Amino acid sequence: MNKEEILKIVNEVFVDVLDNPNIVIDLNTTANDVEDWDSLNHIQLVVAIEKRFNVRFKSNEIRNWENVNEMIESILAK
Amino acid sequence: MKTFNEIKRNIKKDYTSFVKEDIAILSNSATQLLNIGIRGLAFDYNIDLNIYEADYNQVEYEVFNEGSELYRKEPKYILLYLSTNKLMEKFYSFPAQERREFAFKYLTYIEDLVSTINTKLKNSIILCCNFPEIDDTIFGNQASKTEDSFLYQCRKLNYLLSEKSVQLNHLLLVDLVGLQNRFGVGHLFNNNIYITTDIVLSTDILPYVSEIVLNIIKVRNGIVNKCVILDLDNTLWGGVIGDDGYENIEIGTLGIGKAFTEFQKWLKELKNRGIILAVCSKNNEDVAKEAFLRNTEMVLKLDDISVFVANWNNKADNIRSIQSTLNIGYNSMVFLDDNPVERQIVKDNIPDITVPELPEDPAYYLQYLYSLNLFDTTGVTVEDIKRTESYQKELHISTLKKSFVNESDFLSSLEMVSLVEPFNKSNLARVVQLSQRSNQFNLRTIRYTDNDVLELAASSDYMNYCFTLNDKFGENGLICVVSLKLVTESVCFIENWFMSCRVLKRTMENFVLNTIVEDLNKTGCLKLIGEYIPTAKNNLVLDHYKNLGFMEEAGKWTLSLNDYKNRETYINKL
Repeated sequence: MNKEEILKIVNEVFVDVLDNPNIVIDLNTTANDVEDWDSLNHIQLVVAIEKRFNVRFKSNEIRNWENVNEMIESILAK
Repeated sequence: MKTFNEIKRNIKKDYTSFVKEDIAILSNSATQLLNIGIRGLAFDYNIDLNIYEADYNQVEYEVFNEGSELYRKEPKYILLYLSTNKLMEKFYSFPAQERREFAFKYLTYIEDLVSTINTKLKNSIILCCNFPEIDDTIFGNQASKTEDSFLYQCRKLNYLLSEKSVQLNHLLLVDLVGLQNRFGVGHLFNNNIYITTDIVLSTDILPYVSEIVLNIIKVRNGIVNKCVILDLDNTLWGGVIGDDGYENIEIGTLGIGKAFTEFQKWLKELKNRGIILAVCSKNNEDVAKEAFLRNTEMVLKLDDISVFVANWNNKADNIRSIQSTLNIGYNSMVFLDDNPVERQIVKDNIPDITVPELPEDPAYYLQYLYSLNLFDTTGVTVEDIKRTESYQKELHISTLKKSFVNESDFLSSLEMVSLVEPFNKSNLARVVQLSQRSNQFNLRTIRYTDNDVLELAASSDYMNYCFTLNDKFGENGLICVVSLKLVTESVCFIENWFMSCRVLKRTMENFVLNTIVEDLNKTGCLKLIGEYIPTAKNNLVLDHYKNLGFMEEAGKWTLSLNDYKNRETYINKL
């Protein structure tokens, strides 16, 4: 899977978890750009993305992502 | 069970019409997600649950400080969640020589919390989570026989906590240990989330934890299941008693009888605990009761059953009459039936009743029913245990009212189709089997061998029919056989007509007759003759031809074909 494909799926997870069909994310999106992407929802996003891609993120990864791109890099690295 | 995400969506819905309850969550770990889970699932329980979530790790402050928010809110329920991780931290901080006393000391701490809360909030109920084990393997495999190990002390604490809750009516346990046994530690706990956030319970397990909390509230509000209504054939035993006879049903050592024996033992335990057992079966009553009276392998006896209804009426009506006999609400009844069509008809007509979707394989009945935890209770009373006796009275079926209004709507919703075929090689085996096994719906009880069927198929004097019936719930397969003998050019005799009782009350008889008459009209036949030969088991079809509009004539039944009007049916020809 390439970045674009992963981004598309991650976008679907965001829509589902945040229950908002209008969310469109790109590689530069940060938590500040998305309504409801707070620390609590972040955990649920992490769990949902882990499930969707069947991966486990390292604790340090979960803490340190600056934007969507870094999240996707973590997925690609698995 | 819904997922956490699905439950979370409930939160935006309108709770205003629901009964209001208050709960406080006190914990030494982060509980924001638990809060969402409980509040969200409460919607499905029709409870507007107002939650006060104390700040992180403020258990002692809230409980021991008289001016705390907890005591200003005065919630009826208090959920106390102390994590095993924090318990282990505490254990490790204990001096080595005191660790053998750790469970007792921690129990004293919990007792302190509980009694302080109950002194300030007199009628409150405390829901205390027990401690899912963590085995730190410091003592290897011998941890369970080493008093100094954390595992030993953790297990001991769980036991002591159970014992304490037996003594204290207002202390109830949320059995996280049970959940961990069921799902495994990997399902309860995400290490990476725990390390980054101090949230202990995973989003996978939160719906189940929330369910326990809400069941406790529901039961406290008086909503409990008090009665199990049981189908008989292929639910309580394997096979069809009307066809197979009481001695051949699968129970005990016969066939897969073991599954049904274990199922019956469980039901007997429920009955001993005070759950009422009732029977609702499509059978002749005397035939159905024979199993209980004469089959020695049956675990359940007739006096275990409070209300016994066996007849050919539809089950929704029968359950209504059981309800009026017992005078308990539909929301305290559970209906168990292997047949999805019967389940649907009951669900559609009695929305409040609980109708579990039993697995197809009876071997899985128990495991599935365990998982539903249908019989939650706040404690068992003597009245519970005597309940069956007081309800034990015969129901007079003759007084049943037929209140079913939309049977035709239901039948048309089934989208029933039937494939009509003559005898052929692929249906031969099933035709023979059905002829051997059908005893109740069998007009002349002629049994076939393979050769008989082949001869009939080849003969020009006979017209033979096989019918299947499929509906939106699935396939019933070949369920009816008719064989017509052409006596003269204008007269035809129904030499054989048998059908599986599974498809009674589906207008199958009408569909069969319509099909036959349509064919006979093309051949110029004017008269159709039927005969009923009584046996010990086929009383069910005594009036079969009368009901289909045949006239009695010299011990036989005649139907004139030239003025035949198609009879009402909800089955379409495939």
